[in-house]
Amino acid sequence: MSEAEIKSLEAQFDAKIARDEKIEPKDWMPEKYRKTHIRQISQHAHSEIVGMLPEGNWITRAPSLRRKVALLAKVQDEAGHGLYLYSACETLGVTREQLYEDLHSGKAKYSSIFNYPTMTWADMGAIGWLVDGAAIINQVPLCSTSFGPYARAMVRVCKEESFHQRQGYEIMLSLCNGSEEQKEMAQDALNRWWWPSLMMLGPTDAASTHTEQSMKWKLKRKTNDELRQQFIDQTVPQAELLGLTIPDPDLKWNDEKGSYDFGEIDWDEFWQVVKGHGPMNKKRLDDRRNAWENGAWVREAATAYAAKQKTQTAQAI
Amino acid sequence: MSQEIPLWEVFIRSKNGLEHRHCGSLHAEDAEMAMNNARDVYTRRNEGVSIWVVESKNITASSPDDSGELFEPASDKVYRHPTFYELPEELKHM
Repeated sequence: MSEAEIKSLEAQFDAKIARDEKIEPKDWMPEKYRKTHIRQISQHAHSEIVGMLPEGNWITRAPSLRRKVALLAKVQDEAGHGLYLYSACETLGVTREQLYEDLHSGKAKYSSIFNYPTMTWADMGAIGWLVDGAAIINQVPLCSTSFGPYARAMVRVCKEESFHQRQGYEIMLSLCNGSEEQKEMAQDALNRWWWPSLMMLGPTDAASTHTEQSMKWKLKRKTNDELRQQFIDQTVPQAELLGLTIPDPDLKWNDEKGSYDFGEIDWDEFWQVVKGHGPMNKKRLDDRRNAWENGAWVREAATAYAAKQKTQTAQAI
Repeated sequence: MSQEIPLWEVFIRSKNGLEHRHCGSLHAEDAEMAMNNARDVYTRRNEGVSIWVVESKNITASSPDDSGELFEPASDKVYRHPTFYELPEELKHM
């Protein structure tokens, strides 16, 4: 294709997105659109899969059967979300094996938040409340993103996500209505998860390299800073209801702008974690690789069984 | 062993009276495994009363590049639409 032809296709493509038409897998798309989507959707899928690990850590130690079945169901949902997203990503012509390989080799990224440890039961509450809360804010606008399979997967994900946040908040609520020690445990979890949750919504608009292009493709419908402000404004009253204190001395309602002012985020910490130096980066990847390698016999057995069934059927005919 | 496990498309009927609708895909070695996986991945909250799984390679799809010639014949047959016919206004419902 000549350069002029590509330019004209690109113009038609941009116009289509501007008209809010969806792009489907077999439609023509700029190579950069395809690559960016593979990167973002796979990162999203990896985040769901790695996101199972910090919570899986507490399933066997949940304080009651009610909490245990809920946590188990939440973790199972995350596996499901990962699978919806991998399958959306594969429609762009990348194989599942390649996606796994990129995760296991450390080439692909996943959300930095999962590189923090889950030290107490209250962390299950804080994760559901804050991390899933931030994820919902990030994901709702994606339900109307331009790439059809991604948008459809997000609709399904968002429908399921609100149970996650509610179960987390309920855990926090029980702890806050419990003994002094339990309430301290809840406060401690909030202290540790607050800042990473704010970072999770991504670098500031000034530092974000992809924002402009992603807005144009409707891969992003609000900037990171807008999402962060929305998250803070919605979460502060929820903390007040719990009787907990947000660990930010600069947090203050600003009447003029109708939202909260907040303190400086430690972006050095964010970039350290993104680059692999968070407290749990190595453990998370080791766990993923081990699960993949130790599960190889299951995949091989399934392949062998299917092959055997096929031969037997062929012989019967 | 690095052969990809086959890809399947999943269709779900959410309740009787409605059609099966495509809801996504998954990997499975055979139809039985595809069915089990589809149940776990796509119907954790009673989203369906019936599941179809079809191996993706068995689907023949039209190409977006051919959409023009494929669908164009329908677009110039305006007489297939009720609005093509001019009737007196006194005739309220038809």
